[in-house]
Amino acid sequence: MRSRSSLLTFTLILGAALLIGALNLAVPPGAAMHAPDYIVSLAGKYTCYAILALALDLVWGFAGILSLGHAAFFALGGYAIGMYLMRQIGARGVYGSAVLPDFMVFLNWKELPWYWHGFDMFWFAALMALAVPALLASLFGYFAFRSRVTGVYLSIMTQALTYALMLAMFRNDMGFGGNNGLTDFKDILGFPLAAASTRVALLLASALALGLCVLLARFVVASRFGKVLVAVRDAESRTRFLGYRPESYKLTVFVLSAAMAGLGGALYVPQVGIINPSEFSPANSIEAAIWVAVGGRGTLSGAILGAVLVNLGKTVLTGALPDAWLFVLGGLFIAVTLFLPGGIAGTWFIRKPRGARAPAAGVREAAP
Amino acid sequence: MKASIRAILLIALVLASPLAHAQSHSDARESHSDARALLASQRYDDVREGVHTLAASGNPNAAALLTALRDGRLFFASDKALYIRGQDGRLTTESGHPAPDIAASALHPVRVNNAVRRAADAALGALNLFAPSATDRETAAAAVFQTRDPALLPALDRALAQEKDPSVHRAMEQAWAAVLLSSGSGSAAERLAAVAALRARGDLESRAILASLSGQPPELVEASGQAVRAIDRDLQLWNLAQNVFYGISLGSVLLLAASGLAITFGVMGVINMAHGEMVMLGAYTTFVVQQAMQAYSPGLLNLSLPASVPLAFLIAGGAGVLIERGLIRFLYGRPLETLLATFGLSLILQQAVRILFGPTNRQVAAPPWMSGATRLGGLTLTWNRLWIIAFAALVFAGLMALLRYSSLGLRMRAVTQNRTMAAAMGIRTPWIDALTFGLGSGVAGMAGVALSQIDNVSPNLGQAYIVDSFMVVVFGGAGNLWGTAVGALTLGVVNKFLEPVAGAVLGKILVLIALILFIQRKPRGLFPLRGRAAEA
Repeated sequence: MRSRSSLLTFTLILGAALLIGALNLAVPPGAAMHAPDYIVSLAGKYTCYAILALALDLVWGFAGILSLGHAAFFALGGYAIGMYLMRQIGARGVYGSAVLPDFMVFLNWKELPWYWHGFDMFWFAALMALAVPALLASLFGYFAFRSRVTGVYLSIMTQALTYALMLAMFRNDMGFGGNNGLTDFKDILGFPLAAASTRVALLLASALALGLCVLLARFVVASRFGKVLVAVRDAESRTRFLGYRPESYKLTVFVLSAAMAGLGGALYVPQVGIINPSEFSPANSIEAAIWVAVGGRGTLSGAILGAVLVNLGKTVLTGALPDAWLFVLGGLFIAVTLFLPGGIAGTWFIRKPRGARAPAAGVREAAP
Repeated sequence: MKASIRAILLIALVLASPLAHAQSHSDARESHSDARALLASQRYDDVREGVHTLAASGNPNAAALLTALRDGRLFFASDKALYIRGQDGRLTTESGHPAPDIAASALHPVRVNNAVRRAADAALGALNLFAPSATDRETAAAAVFQTRDPALLPALDRALAQEKDPSVHRAMEQAWAAVLLSSGSGSAAERLAAVAALRARGDLESRAILASLSGQPPELVEASGQAVRAIDRDLQLWNLAQNVFYGISLGSVLLLAASGLAITFGVMGVINMAHGEMVMLGAYTTFVVQQAMQAYSPGLLNLSLPASVPLAFLIAGGAGVLIERGLIRFLYGRPLETLLATFGLSLILQQAVRILFGPTNRQVAAPPWMSGATRLGGLTLTWNRLWIIAFAALVFAGLMALLRYSSLGLRMRAVTQNRTMAAAMGIRTPWIDALTFGLGSGVAGMAGVALSQIDNVSPNLGQAYIVDSFMVVVFGGAGNLWGTAVGALTLGVVNKFLEPVAGAVLGKILVLIALILFIQRKPRGLFPLRGRAAEA
């Protein structure tokens, strides 16, 4: 039943992406059914946000870990691909250095820092986009879960983590372009990024990635592992007394989720054409949490729905009433927590809400 | 050491003063007319000589003449009489009377080049050494210390002889030592005394003068080397003390921002992401109060900050009570939801303030009693930092006293320690919850008044402090106000000590990482609560 619904989600996502791509490429501009380029890039952005939301839902909705630093994993994945794209510019940069990106020439650097080596190969950058977030998550998670930091404390620490990373990335001598970040990308795997066909291909790749992530997440939460995870969320001590090790379950899902967020970021950067340290800002991570909360945490399709709906609202409102958007976003935070704890999916689409009203999503268990 | 300097100075002065006095009394008239002749000369060397003669003449108008000369406003007529053109263009005689009508062609400007100007500056400096006010004399001595013009040595000697004020005397002694050592004049004993005087001054400039001594007799080099090392040691200590002061100052800012949070988050366990916005409300209250005072009672403008404190407390506290009644009470027991809802609230508050007051920074002026600095030994203590430290201490003490000695505080502690039992004793717990939350928010508002003095009053003011504040509370141990104080001061000092080594940003990152690791080790902070309260 459930696996069928996620297959449906998979088909829907891919179908929508294919439709938008076809309407963009096959229908001539000017025709009523033509999908303009900005629709393609918007859809691509939303798809990447949905991957981030799905990743966050996996840890928050199913393991009770509210990470307020998930945008950091997203941005790290983005930086990895951004570094590849920078290397691809080669001698076409403003300063025409074949090896050094423009900002390094500008800073008077003579040679490539060691951690930039290998990023001229796509497979390496793609691997790093997954591995770096996963590594950071496993380090952080290992320490945090081992010492049983839970609930709000964990949230604040993840927030401090992304805050520290943001401050670090703002520094010029970190070698990641400082304040301006990485931008002016030319092409990916030899295809120019400005071409419509490349953009459609990127959208399709993102949709495929999202669909596969949904299937993977469904597989994880439906497995025995996922059942223990939900048990940890609802009653961590009891699960521990039953002989499980909650920390290793949490660590595994945290690392998986971080890699997933990194994948989202890696697909995001070629489509928006820039990555800079503000992606690490704590507000971004909290915004991702609200996507999940609006859509319904503990439901996989809900997270995707929330990401798309909230961002759609953001796009429309920041265009029409720029001043009102933050009021709406703030209001969403309050309204969802007060009146719609299960989110849209949890309240309306699923008859027996599994994740909705989860009493223990992070609540410290009362001492007996 | 001191005594020997005095003795040497005394000898020098006894030798020098009869000459100086003789010159200033009997030869005054003659030297003045000399000076006129020299100033009227076409040769720069003569003019410079004239400057020196004029300065030594004791002429009461010498200062005015020299200033005019330096600015190119001094003229002489064919009879060598000097005229000054004032800033308004009117001609006056030397003594300041309006000048008789003279044809402009009959007047010639005194020739000035850079060397003459320097000589005039130095001579003016020397003249000020005899100014009636002690502050003027001290400033003049400090100026001589900077310029180190050997031509001023005789004037310094004379000034030292008649100086009564001890601090001015010390300044002159140091200037004398600096001139003596950098000009290479004076006897060996005098120079040793000068080294000692500079050693006693002990700042970077003295060190530079001492370190530049070379090709001198070995005992002098030895003495100056020792003095340089001693100064280095002293400077290091002062530097340390200055860093501690900066650290305490930063720590007190953190304490102000965090003590409200220590109540709402630490004691009540409510995670309020809009806490920073309460700080912001306080800062904007200060701004509004200042604007209102400027408009309606400019005479009281200097008191706008103290007047803002209670108002900021009431406004932010009132907002806190509203937030608790309207939002947070529905979310007790669901901390993650509280976090998200209050974050949404903070977005709304920020945007509301942005629309009301505009997105740009607002200026809150510092009252005169908060600007400037005072020196304590080698320390520079700015008044606004001192006031903020005092204010933080006061707020903290008030908060502690309120919690410990007032009946409201007693009830607050009762409710947080054992809610059911407190309710059974007849305490209206919902009301106490609202008041406690209001208290924490009000304290944040008061922090905003202080922060308006050191930070930009902008809609983002609160955000800059929220992560730090949470770190302080978690580091100190939730529920423990003393822990918050120790945590804030420790973090402040550590931050300031890391800054010179690692740079400001990297220092902050290191502190954050250290904190994250620390919380791994001690999840309940430095001073965890023990006993039953800890179980809640």
